[in-house]
Amino acid sequence: MSHRKTIDEVTGVETTGHVWDGDICELNKPLPRWWLYTFYVSILWSIGYWVVYPAWPTINGYTKGVLNYSQRDQVQQDIEAWKSGHAKYRTQIAEMSLADIRKNDELFQFSIAGGAALFGENCAGCHGRGAQGGIGYPNLNDDDWLWGGDLEKIHQTIAFGIRSGNPKAHDTAMPRFGIDKVLDEAQIRDAANFVRSFSHLDVDQEAAKRGAQIFADNCAACHGDQGKGNQDMGAPNLTDAIWLYGSSQEAVMQSIRTGRGGAMPAWSERLDPVAVKMLTLYVYSLGGAQAEAGSASTPAAAADKPK
Amino acid sequence: MNHAIFERNSIILLIGALIVVSIGGIVEIAPLFYVQSTIEKVQGMRPYSPLELAGRDIYVREGCYNCHSQMIRSLRDEVERYGHYSLAAESMYDYPFQWGSKRTGPDLARVGGKYSDAWHTEHMRDPRSVVPASIMPGYPFLDRTLLDYSNISKRMKALKELGVPYSDEMIASADKDIVAQISPDTKDAKALVARYPKAQVRKFDGQPAAENVEPTELDAVIAYLQMLGTLVDFTKFDASGPNLR
Repeated sequence: MSHRKTIDEVTGVETTGHVWDGDICELNKPLPRWWLYTFYVSILWSIGYWVVYPAWPTINGYTKGVLNYSQRDQVQQDIEAWKSGHAKYRTQIAEMSLADIRKNDELFQFSIAGGAALFGENCAGCHGRGAQGGIGYPNLNDDDWLWGGDLEKIHQTIAFGIRSGNPKAHDTAMPRFGIDKVLDEAQIRDAANFVRSFSHLDVDQEAAKRGAQIFADNCAACHGDQGKGNQDMGAPNLTDAIWLYGSSQEAVMQSIRTGRGGAMPAWSERLDPVAVKMLTLYVYSLGGAQAEAGSASTPAAAADKPK
Repeated sequence: MNHAIFERNSIILLIGALIVVSIGGIVEIAPLFYVQSTIEKVQGMRPYSPLELAGRDIYVREGCYNCHSQMIRSLRDEVERYGHYSLAAESMYDYPFQWGSKRTGPDLARVGGKYSDAWHTEHMRDPRSVVPASIMPGYPFLDRTLLDYSNISKRMKALKELGVPYSDEMIASADKDIVAQISPDTKDAKALVARYPKAQVRKFDGQPAAENVEPTELDAVIAYLQMLGTLVDFTKFDASGPNLR
């Protein structure tokens, strides 16, 4: 390679002066000026960036920049800014009792709206998008409550869960009558026939008659003599048309064989107390909620959609 | 400016390129190994128990990472939906890490405890039976397949080579620990929890627990899912301060 700046005959452009193999040159085609100056400006810009933001590693850490920016602080600020937008409602919800919030229409509607969003992310996976439930997951729209449907009881269930391992959780579960050999297969069949006779399903009358005694001995302690259930134990009412695990003979027998005991997380361990209260009010508003003892209000009527 | 010397001598060019590239490496990469904020440790992290590790291997085998990330970014809406943002230290025993790159399904970094075991069992068998709009494929074979853990101690040894602090005792009792984690109220289960704090012990796939029952692949997967994101106690976490063990 030698240096010989010349004008290329064909294009009339100056060459760079680099010559290979005696006669191979390259045309001198510099970058467009605007591009080059933009490049210089961006170098200058980056110097400003070093000054303002965290940039250079040092022996013990890194330069923090004059803004002292950190992503962790930023997200914390974002969350606080978002919460402070609702601060008026949030502090009131945090301080007031559920019954008082329920009576304050503005707070109640705020809670229902926020609760609906929380429900979609946290509860819909099991209870369904419309709280319609499924096999093993209760429908929350009806008035058939396993653990009680007034505000305090709904709150207790959401906050501490069911068989969640939380010390305050609802913890009783149905025994495994078949697996633990408390009842044999014939007894289970008879008991299932009897249980299904409560709600006038098509049963074998003879078997149901035999099952009555088995029921009285094994099931009545929790489900009650009349099969009406007991919300302190989470024992469902067996006389209605609502069946958590199905009403077929086989499904009821399976329930008796293996016992039943769904689980629900203790949401106070994952969500903040305001969120748990908002969820409570949302579930309460779905339609099947029960009034507090001694109160004459009808929750469903008060929970008409906010507009 | 005379760069002819570089253009004419390939060795000099190579050495020059090496010098330039290593300056970049020293400035950009080397500090990540000593700057405190990038090697921060956090209280509560421990290596996976053998059953969780087996579940993690199935998670990788089935390609769950193609649709699920395990990385909650430090953005408000992510924190609001999934919980506290992920810390680098929470992936410190992951080889390879499961941050993922795409969310067809939701992030799983803190899915532990969010659903019941029964839900996971049903959801793995047929996702649409619990989430009608789900497009996740079913994995109904997991609960029909017994877990092959014949080489679990070898897998743990390999991870130990990579820096996961499995003790000799942990490796020696790996086979026992797998069974112990699905056998509540046993002496082995107690020993397991002593070795792996916060390990959850129960029959995860909902099949009745009995004597000498063998774990299924579903047990391992659910044990893994139920512990994800549960080790660090964020009520005690200080984002700016040291959280060293």
